[in-house]
Amino acid sequence: MGDVTMNIWRGDPEGGEFVEYVVPEVEGEVVLDVVHRIQAGPAPDLACRWNCKAGKCGSCSAEINGLPRLMCMTRMDELPPDEAVTVAPMRTFPIIRDLVTDVSFNYTMARQVPPLAPRQPEADGTYRMQQVDVERGQEFRKCIECFMCQNVCHVIRDHEDNKPNYAGPRLFIRYMELESHPLDTNDRRALLRERMGIGLCNITKCCTEVCPEHIKITDNAIIPLKERVVDGAYDPIAWLGRKILRRTRRSAAEAAADAPAVTAPTLEDEAEAAAQAAEA
Amino acid sequence: MADPTYETHDFDVIVIGAGGAGLRAAIEAKARGLRTALVCKSLLGKAHTVMAEGGAAAALGNIWPEDNWQVHFRDTMRGGKMLNNWRMAELHAKEAPDRILELERWGALFDRTKDGLITQRDFGGHRYARLAHVGDRTGLELIRTLQQQAVSAGIDVFMEVKILRLLTDAQGQVNAAVGYWRPTGEFVVFTAKAFVLATGSLGKSWKYTSNSWESTGDGVAMAAWAGADLIDMEFVQFHPTGMVWPLSVRGILVTEGVRGDGGVLRNSEGTRFMFDYIPPMFAAETADTEAEGDRWYDDHINNRRPPELLPRDEVARSINSEVKNGRGSPHGGVFLDIASRRSAEYIRRRLPSMYHQFKELAGVDITAEPMEVGPTCHYAMGGIRVDPDSAATTVPGLFAAGEAAAGLHGSNRLGGNSLSDLLVFGRRAGEGASDFAEAHAAAPVVDQGQVRAAVDAAVAPFDRTGGESPYDLHHDLQQTMQDLVGIIRTESELREAHEALGKLRERAERVSVSGGRAYNPGWNLATDLPAMLTVSTLVATGALDRKESRGGHTRDDFPGPDAEFGKINLVQRISAEGEFSIAPEPLPQMPPELAALFEEAK
Repeated sequence: MGDVTMNIWRGDPEGGEFVEYVVPEVEGEVVLDVVHRIQAGPAPDLACRWNCKAGKCGSCSAEINGLPRLMCMTRMDELPPDEAVTVAPMRTFPIIRDLVTDVSFNYTMARQVPPLAPRQPEADGTYRMQQVDVERGQEFRKCIECFMCQNVCHVIRDHEDNKPNYAGPRLFIRYMELESHPLDTNDRRALLRERMGIGLCNITKCCTEVCPEHIKITDNAIIPLKERVVDGAYDPIAWLGRKILRRTRRSAAEAAADAPAVTAPTLEDEAEAAAQAAEA
Repeated sequence: MADPTYETHDFDVIVIGAGGAGLRAAIEAKARGLRTALVCKSLLGKAHTVMAEGGAAAALGNIWPEDNWQVHFRDTMRGGKMLNNWRMAELHAKEAPDRILELERWGALFDRTKDGLITQRDFGGHRYARLAHVGDRTGLELIRTLQQQAVSAGIDVFMEVKILRLLTDAQGQVNAAVGYWRPTGEFVVFTAKAFVLATGSLGKSWKYTSNSWESTGDGVAMAAWAGADLIDMEFVQFHPTGMVWPLSVRGILVTEGVRGDGGVLRNSEGTRFMFDYIPPMFAAETADTEAEGDRWYDDHINNRRPPELLPRDEVARSINSEVKNGRGSPHGGVFLDIASRRSAEYIRRRLPSMYHQFKELAGVDITAEPMEVGPTCHYAMGGIRVDPDSAATTVPGLFAAGEAAAGLHGSNRLGGNSLSDLLVFGRRAGEGASDFAEAHAAAPVVDQGQVRAAVDAAVAPFDRTGGESPYDLHHDLQQTMQDLVGIIRTESELREAHEALGKLRERAERVSVSGGRAYNPGWNLATDLPAMLTVSTLVATGALDRKESRGGHTRDDFPGPDAEFGKINLVQRISAEGEFSIAPEPLPQMPPELAALFEEAK
């Protein structure tokens, strides 16, 4: 076997450039293997994230030949032979070093999700849920938080100013998972509409296309959420009806009592609080 | 060197490690109203727990009402060849169901029975179908549920921070931890009244391993350096089924769920060879014909389990022996076949991750052809000695849970008992640390000398030029442990290993790195090496002294179990001067009512 040529972006917040590395080709390798061999050889300080090396942890996201991929699941032999492979960091997030980006935006938005508020258990103390009902949420819980859907989302990829008010596809599937959770009683629609920017998504499905877990983000999460948010805004009775029909053991009053939206601080709130603290 | 500059953070309880055990411990401490922080080496949600596949063992009795904590307790003890800490095994079996149901309240969506309860899957060594699961991605469900619970509880999380050393006060109590932020390389000191080590495994010292880069034994080594007792270090589990090809994925885990769901092992002659390796201890409960084994999946009461579902140590040794005797697969493993036994639809539904993993990494369609598998370093049964009820180590102010702690699994862990271990003892460690923190009011005073020593040691590789590459050293360590302290051990090789480790420790003094401190993997690896070398030495030491074969420790020169060794733990310590010592101590004796469970079963 011959050699492979890798063009890997090296740099820091100040800037950087693609650097060429030529290493021997090895059968059956994935891009991450080659990056590791470059670390063990010519570039011991080449920064990249990885953990499981089996497509389960979502750490090694990068833009390979311009497409967001997991480095650990991209086989070298599926890339065009005789061409250099380019590996760049995800563009939507600030650079830390080389292939490592600052993904804290996603964690900040995750902190703002009002958690599950489970209904009361059955009389025997158990929760009964049918497989078909848990499967809807299970699709979204397959998410490995690689953040590639966030990376390709037009709303934030080239519009930094949208970030404080936009949860993004990763968090929309989390909202939809809770919305479809057989035990949940929280209402997050006002939050989604007013502060999480569900209306900003224009359904280009880029997120769905890059999902390594093949979650139908747009069709099964974002579009239904948009509908529910709109339905709820015009017809709260229809929303309440849907919630109650799913949980026949609860009275309408009980469901309504649990329904008020929980508000968590957004990035703006946090910035405001920090500014106030600085003044004080 | 001048006094290092560093930031400090003070909490009541600090949990190091954010896998299942660390998250559960932090949730408990936070629920007690204590100022609680989690410190982890990777991003939150990426810890090794995420890779657990098959499920979490808990005697819920949803499939087989005959199941209960006593049966689970008995299975766990027998799986560990009776070397387990009986009290830990008892607490684990009793509390696991509550911990699973708690996850359900926090949002976990386990697969269901027809009656809408949590369904349970068969696994090796478990008498009844006992593993709560979500397809074959149970670890992801567990870590995400705990992560979301921890985040909504408002626990402070310090991500991508590597802890280097625990610091102690004049009385020997742990009162601080020093580490660095990986993104910037800046140093940070955490002070707290109590610390929980939930740092997971040490498998990255072997060449073929299912463990991620994080599993460098940090917690076990740091506890030992702080003076804590370690036990059972010689017991390392080699999971029978790791991928063997392509070479770059060698060691990646193939869930035991494949066998639990009907998969069988065959050699190059097409024989289900596990029927030839049924040990006397399990003969009474293991099928001796293929027909009986096949009937068992639908009728556990009137049939005995197939030998493919013997405990992991038995299966791993058997595969090793088949390969050694020339009956292996083309790439040096054996065949794991579910394609000929279950429908493609069933396989894709029950084992979606395995389907994708083989399809994408090996180009193998597991619904149509067999997988090639072989043993891979998977789990450390040994580790930090803890009090069963409080998870306290032998050092004041220091607690440990999960894989870093030892005792529950004895000499061999049953599949599915790890996720439940994390939950049960993660919670208990959080509770133990909270009790300790509440009883100690004084703010800790940090010993600047200890901080300086830790920082100096960490940055030393930058001051050397032209020394050893940390990558080369790691490579040689992995080769040494793989070749000389692997699945089958013998005195001459273990002595060779000690000699080799001595040389590696000398070479570690000469490691040099280039570049800056900000996100520098070469430097990060250099700072992981001291822990890796320490735990490797501890494993090799225990392995040399335990002159018998039991569970995850097989000696070619002492092929059978030894009754006397069956009564002791090997306890290891490192003195303040860095001297290693090892001594046998009698196992805690289980009370008669629990001992009676083993009499009844005979």
